[in-house]
Amino acid sequence: MISAIRFALRNLWRDIKSGELSVLLLALTVAVLSLTAVGFFTSRISQAVALQATEVLAADLRMESPHPIPQKYFDQAARRGLKSAKVISFPTAIFRGEANQLAALNAVTETYPLRGHMRIADVPFGTARIAAGIPRPGEVWLDARIIAQLDVPLGGTLKIGAADFKVAEVLDYRPDQGTGFVNLAPAALINFADIGATQLIQPGSRANYEALFAGNAEAVIAFREYLAAEKSAGERLRDIEDSSRQLNSAIDRASRFLNLASLASVLLSAVAVAMGARRYAARHIDTVALMKCMGASQSFVLWISVVELTILALFAVALGSALGFLAQDGLAYLLKDLVRSDLPRASLQPLPIALVTVLAMLIGFALPPLLQLKSTPPARVLRKNMSAPPLRYGVSYVLALAALFAILWSLVRDTELVLSVMAGALGVGLVLGLAGFGLVRLTTRFRGGVGIAWRYGLANVSRRGAGSVVQIVAFGLGLMVLLLLAVVRGDLLADWRKSLPANVPNNFMINIRPDEREALEAFLKAHGLGTPAMYPMVRARMTAVNGTPAADLKLKGDSAKNYVEREQNLTWSRNLMDDNQLLEGRWWTDADIGKPLVSVSSEYAESLHLKLGDHLSFDVAGEPLKVEVTSIRKIRWDSFRPNFFLVFPPKLLDGAAGTYMTAVYLTPAQRPALAQLVRQFPTVSVFDVDAILRQIREIMDRASLAVQYVFLFTLAAGVVVLLAAVQATRDERRYESAMLRTFGASRGTVLQGVAAEFSALGFLSGTLAAFGATGIGWLVAQRLFSLQFSLDPWLWVIGLVCGTVLVGLSGTLATRSVVNTPPVVTLRED
Amino acid sequence: MSESIVLEANNVSKTVVSPEGSLTILADVSLSVAAGETLAIVGASGAGKSTLLALLAGLDTPSTGKVLIAGTDLTLLDEDGRAAVRGKHVGFVFQSFHLIPSLTALENVMLPLELSGRRDARNAARAALEQVGLTPRLSHYPKQLSGGEQQRVAIARAFVTHPALLFADEPTGNLDTATGQKITDLLFHLNRTMKSTLVLVTHDRTLAARCGRTLQLDAGHRIA
Repeated sequence: MISAIRFALRNLWRDIKSGELSVLLLALTVAVLSLTAVGFFTSRISQAVALQATEVLAADLRMESPHPIPQKYFDQAARRGLKSAKVISFPTAIFRGEANQLAALNAVTETYPLRGHMRIADVPFGTARIAAGIPRPGEVWLDARIIAQLDVPLGGTLKIGAADFKVAEVLDYRPDQGTGFVNLAPAALINFADIGATQLIQPGSRANYEALFAGNAEAVIAFREYLAAEKSAGERLRDIEDSSRQLNSAIDRASRFLNLASLASVLLSAVAVAMGARRYAARHIDTVALMKCMGASQSFVLWISVVELTILALFAVALGSALGFLAQDGLAYLLKDLVRSDLPRASLQPLPIALVTVLAMLIGFALPPLLQLKSTPPARVLRKNMSAPPLRYGVSYVLALAALFAILWSLVRDTELVLSVMAGALGVGLVLGLAGFGLVRLTTRFRGGVGIAWRYGLANVSRRGAGSVVQIVAFGLGLMVLLLLAVVRGDLLADWRKSLPANVPNNFMINIRPDEREALEAFLKAHGLGTPAMYPMVRARMTAVNGTPAADLKLKGDSAKNYVEREQNLTWSRNLMDDNQLLEGRWWTDADIGKPLVSVSSEYAESLHLKLGDHLSFDVAGEPLKVEVTSIRKIRWDSFRPNFFLVFPPKLLDGAAGTYMTAVYLTPAQRPALAQLVRQFPTVSVFDVDAILRQIREIMDRASLAVQYVFLFTLAAGVVVLLAAVQATRDERRYESAMLRTFGASRGTVLQGVAAEFSALGFLSGTLAAFGATGIGWLVAQRLFSLQFSLDPWLWVIGLVCGTVLVGLSGTLATRSVVNTPPVVTLRED
Repeated sequence: MSESIVLEANNVSKTVVSPEGSLTILADVSLSVAAGETLAIVGASGAGKSTLLALLAGLDTPSTGKVLIAGTDLTLLDEDGRAAVRGKHVGFVFQSFHLIPSLTALENVMLPLELSGRRDARNAARAALEQVGLTPRLSHYPKQLSGGEQQRVAIARAFVTHPALLFADEPTGNLDTATGQKITDLLFHLNRTMKSTLVLVTHDRTLAARCGRTLQLDAGHRIA
């Protein structure tokens, strides 16, 4: 074995010098480059996204308690190098003379907020700016609604508890103000030092104490473990996992886009490795026969190849990851305005993944030809037509599929995504194979009506038979992935952005009394805010499922318990909402109006194990109501439109006393109208979700930029596949070109023939790639991203033109040197 | 079996199965070659010369019969076992030279030595190339050498391991008459110097005549 290693080392150097391994090395290096660059980069981006999510908490970690939080936690945090802040919040009335307004009072320490920024404005509902610091002692920052209600000017004085405060700023936004409808009352913010002076905190007072912590990610994780072990009953930890449903949905989609792009690079590189390894085996078959003739054993021959390729893999990992690291650093530089400067360095985690992936690629895609190579009969030295018996199909296919699955899964850990990508690739490979076979047969018919060069080129396509089919499949797969990324990516991103257009409602209004409805609608219309849909809302408690009382239901998970224990908002609607998709059952017909039926959301159905035909009982303001589940809907929460778990047909709940809610889009210029609205409709509560919308748009922008960058690596992998495919037939072409030129064909004729052959291959690959990309794009949009997929004619134009031009041109260019070799040189070598 | 017999074939036949039925390429051939002997296997194209050579060298296995090299029965060995026997006792010279294009002349000659794990491969290969008069061509690649030079490299490679038995398959088939003559002289000279046994396949009567013995095949049968 030692002599095999020594021999392999010497052989490797010779093979590298002679260019035998160049395609394989290039394919492996590009695979590692894309893997590590994507790995390094996504680790940084996901950290950036996670950091952005931490803004929702105003910290990395947050503890909440009904009792004062022990000082030992803050001391411990300081010892671990973490920053901390304290918040006390409770509802209280704020007085201006006799007038008063209920407010959520928040007292904060100097370091608040630890993540994100507060924004303040000079006039109620005016343009906001980032706040530096917190209110000074004796000052209060107030929500515009309180200022409007109490009609107090900036600089005026208010009373909170026993203390007087000067109104210093209009409080526009706090990072942790809540993204749902949790904090109903408008907020007031004071300095933590003033809390004593208000004398509002007395023994037995109801207040919420909060501790905020932030710092280095590892220290935060360790501190979280410490707090989880130390905390007493009533103390509750919240971290970024708890961030809102909408933000999670957006982050999840962003990471799926990135993963899809990196999967594509790996898939293409695997194709290139398989082709490179086949060529390696083909080029070494004579050498192996000769070596066996001179006494080399089968295991010796296998060892040489294995050692050579392992060293090659290590070299590719070193080179590729160095380039990958540089590439992601370059990206971080390009994105320096978007990615926060306090991002930790990229972790080295992608390195072992790259090494394992490259080894898996070699085992899955390079080992089968090598196993075949070792069985080369030595008698080949006497008779050239003798070659190794083919491997049993099972071996090579199982190896390749297992390796592919392992690689893809280790990369994304998302079985559904991996399986759909693999199924898509294999399906398209099969279709391409069959279609390629069809074309090869078809070209024979066209040969009669064309000139000599085309006849030669088309004859080549059909004569090479299996070789042509392999090339069509390879080109087709490469083009398909490129199309998917170039066009479908654009479509998906556009659809995604369309799901969050610029005028998506950024202010929600709830608690609209039925008698106020018309007046409010008139108000909105008068202020140029249109006539937004009014959603009726009735509060109700669920009492039974299929006759089993709610208390007796066996439920798992907090959400299921919430659905049963909390009051639910019921609504009714004639039509299915735009951002709802019917998964099961049917929507109301005219005959269903007023009947006891209900449509439930998929989350609700899953948590309570509901199916069509189940019966739910509700207590609606003391009146029992029993309804049958007739449909299950999937709600796109990131559409930011009002949505309800439970929707009833119209007229069923007419007798119940309810309120309405609506949502409107306000431009910054229209915001002052809110002050008037709050005064005119004092019971209507207005919620501003502009901040979280902005956050989600930023995440979308980053994700799309990242995908475009990752796309570059996929493009590089596609080019390597093309090179590998051209290389695979290089030797054969050299000989043919020499023969043709010997018989009198001009260089131009031979070159035209080559161009005809590659263009024909490219045209068909392009056609099939467009088919495949359409199919997979549809599948991916529907299944993975829940988006509507619209057929893009550009997919076909780009597929056909790019296929023909790209493959035709690059194939011809890559073969040019072969055609240019004087025939005598080639014929002498053979 | 006499100790001086290095190669022996007993009733060797080769039958292959093709879609048209089974075909006998070689029928019942026996021979024995003593150390230092030179044997020419002659016959028309398709007579079975190359098949016999492949069987004698253990590159292929006979359908029936036995082949012994230096007293070892090749038919009892597996492929690796036969490879080991070749590595120890056998050298080859081929019609199309079979030099590895990515290796220099020196590296091509070093190959069999490296395969057998010899540490002094470089020096031994250099000496072998000096013997065939190619010292100025050590670092040339096969495509930079003429046909005659390439075959001289192949001869150096065959003799560098001092094999007891040398098989040559049409060694002058790809060369012009004058060059072929020089190569033949070199082959016979080295064979004498190294005291090896030479078995060559040729349809060149002049070359066959230089051998001590001739075995003639016709349609797979030994006729002389």
